[in-house]
Amino acid sequence: MQQTRTVELGTGLFVFLGVVALFFLTTQTTGFSGFMGGDAYRVTARFDNIGGLTTRAPVTMAGVTIGRVEAIEFDPERLNARVTMRIDGRYDQIPDDSEASILTAGLLGGQYIGLGAGGSFDNLRDGDEIYLTQSAIVLENLISRFLFQQSQEDQDD
Amino acid sequence: MGTLRADRGDRPLVEIRGLGFRRGAVKVFDGLDLDIQHGRVTAIMGSSGAGKTTLLRMITGQLRPDAGSVRVGPYDVATLSVDRLYEMRRNIGMLFQNGALLTDLDVFENVAFPLREHTRLPERLIRHIVLTKLEAVGLRGAARLLPQALSGGMARRVALARAVVMDPDLLIYDEPFVGLDPISMGVVVRLIRRLNEALGITSIVISHDIHELRDVSDHSFLLGDGRVIGEGAHRELMASEAPLVRQFMHGEADGPVAFHYPAPDYADDLFGPESRG
Amino acid sequence: MSVLRELGESFVSFLRILGDMALFLLRLVMYTPRGLLRFRLVVHQVHNTGALSLVIIMISGLFVGMVLALQGFDLLARFNSEDALGTAAALALIKELGPVVTALLFAGRAGTALASEIGLMKATEQLSAMEMMAVDPMRRVVLPRFLGGVIAMPLLVAIFTAIGIFGAWLVGVVMMGVDAGSFWSQMQANVSGDEIFEGVFKSVVFGIAASLIAVYEGYRAWPTAEGVGRATTRTVVLTAVSVLILDYMITAALL
Repeated sequence: MQQTRTVELGTGLFVFLGVVALFFLTTQTTGFSGFMGGDAYRVTARFDNIGGLTTRAPVTMAGVTIGRVEAIEFDPERLNARVTMRIDGRYDQIPDDSEASILTAGLLGGQYIGLGAGGSFDNLRDGDEIYLTQSAIVLENLISRFLFQQSQEDQDD
Repeated sequence: MGTLRADRGDRPLVEIRGLGFRRGAVKVFDGLDLDIQHGRVTAIMGSSGAGKTTLLRMITGQLRPDAGSVRVGPYDVATLSVDRLYEMRRNIGMLFQNGALLTDLDVFENVAFPLREHTRLPERLIRHIVLTKLEAVGLRGAARLLPQALSGGMARRVALARAVVMDPDLLIYDEPFVGLDPISMGVVVRLIRRLNEALGITSIVISHDIHELRDVSDHSFLLGDGRVIGEGAHRELMASEAPLVRQFMHGEADGPVAFHYPAPDYADDLFGPESRG
Repeated sequence: MSVLRELGESFVSFLRILGDMALFLLRLVMYTPRGLLRFRLVVHQVHNTGALSLVIIMISGLFVGMVLALQGFDLLARFNSEDALGTAAALALIKELGPVVTALLFAGRAGTALASEIGLMKATEQLSAMEMMAVDPMRRVVLPRFLGGVIAMPLLVAIFTAIGIFGAWLVGVVMMGVDAGSFWSQMQANVSGDEIFEGVFKSVVFGIAASLIAVYEGYRAWPTAEGVGRATTRTVVLTAVSVLILDYMITAALL
């Protein structure tokens, strides 16, 4: 009987560790944790170009993640992209004239939305739209503009 | 009483007719007939390679014959489905050459194994049965030892206790005397006889140890050339004048069974063209 | 000509083994519902294959994670993207290294033990003895060991991966000074449920393959000491090769 008890104990420990590890992997390494299921409100913003932004990308303010991108749609009438963000209900004092920009985390990092605080006394509420936006900086455009400038300067000489 | 003894009538327990079996090009059996009567200890003898173990496997359904029939009680072994085969085997106890105890279970659990697999008996009853069987082979004190800690003779006695734990109708011993010291040998010989009488079962002993069989068997068969070449009480076989039987029973080196494996002429081989090559 | 014939023959024998193994698996799957009822036997085998591999899995996971962080740091530092270390380590461990390395370790530790144990039981006539006691060794011996391996593998992979990420954190954050916040947040931003699913799916498939090969080789081993030795060697080689091939196939299919 002593032997079966050690077997059961060892197996129990093993299964426990396995489940804990699986729990760790599903909650701590992925973006599922935090406020995704909790109290939140939605705001939208329009961008001319979203670059490589994807759903579930973080929405940050002053570098702190306060929400995530929930949906990205193309608006066929206005020919731009409409991005729906889901923002944690704890952060309900964001001025409604704040600016949304699509930024890149490092050279290899993914893209995210950064909110820059505005000066209004009214706060963003569920269903509001952020009007002030800055599209993603597309590297190719940047380079071609730079080259164009260079060649013009060359001609001026 | 198990199913093997149920429809007894006058028929023998095991009836083998016209058995044929070949392994590759070698004919192991060629029209072998053999009957084993109820309630007796029957010995099946034969030199190494005569097909004793093969015959045993045909009786238990581990091998199927190429020709002929094997009947054990109501079962026609050669045509049984797997389920029916297992049903038959529950009534057969078998002692393997080296015991074949399950190495990850102790002695007690080894003997309890068939009970746990086939019955839903309460633990107390299992304990009672197992200890009774272990007592019968004199190893109740070894109940908690692992098989690795047992000597060859002890392992075989445990295996014997396991073989009888389901109260079989037929008990088969595969070479029960091989590799035992004289004392263990005597113990096993007495156990075979005693179990056969006490349980009223039928026993088959496969062996080539003529002297031990003298004290054990009621009836003996001698296999050779894929057939039964001698049959009768041990005494009768010893007195037989048939040359093959004589050679085996008296252990003569040369006789109808040649000492030499078939070979070309000795002188040719030594001095023939190949040796000069 | 004879080379062609030999190739053909070995291909035919390969097909035969493959078919035999598939039928073997089919039988095991058919027996599984009733086999699971014998909970105790399965638990015992989860212990043998899983709990007893725990230490080797944890140590290997730790060092794989640590070396991954070291190499990753060196590479990412060239692009000033050290913050991506958490992502890189986590994705590599979750999707590839966790399942594959664990399966290879499983083959070496548990697979060989399973194959040699079953092979020895066969060589010492224990399996025949069971058959003679009207007990099917496929159900009593092979099935619980197979199920134990299949259950243990995903858990082992999860433990390996989690410890590996811990090792990467140890080297990246504690030793190399990567910012702890960005290490975790970048990881969380870039690892999704799909990636976890890929890892778990692989671990389940590898668990089935590695356990099947081990019990198959043991059960089909020649009942001699040499045969058992060969069976254990074949178990390791076959498992390694098939895990790597399966890994490629699954990765390609899920991309």
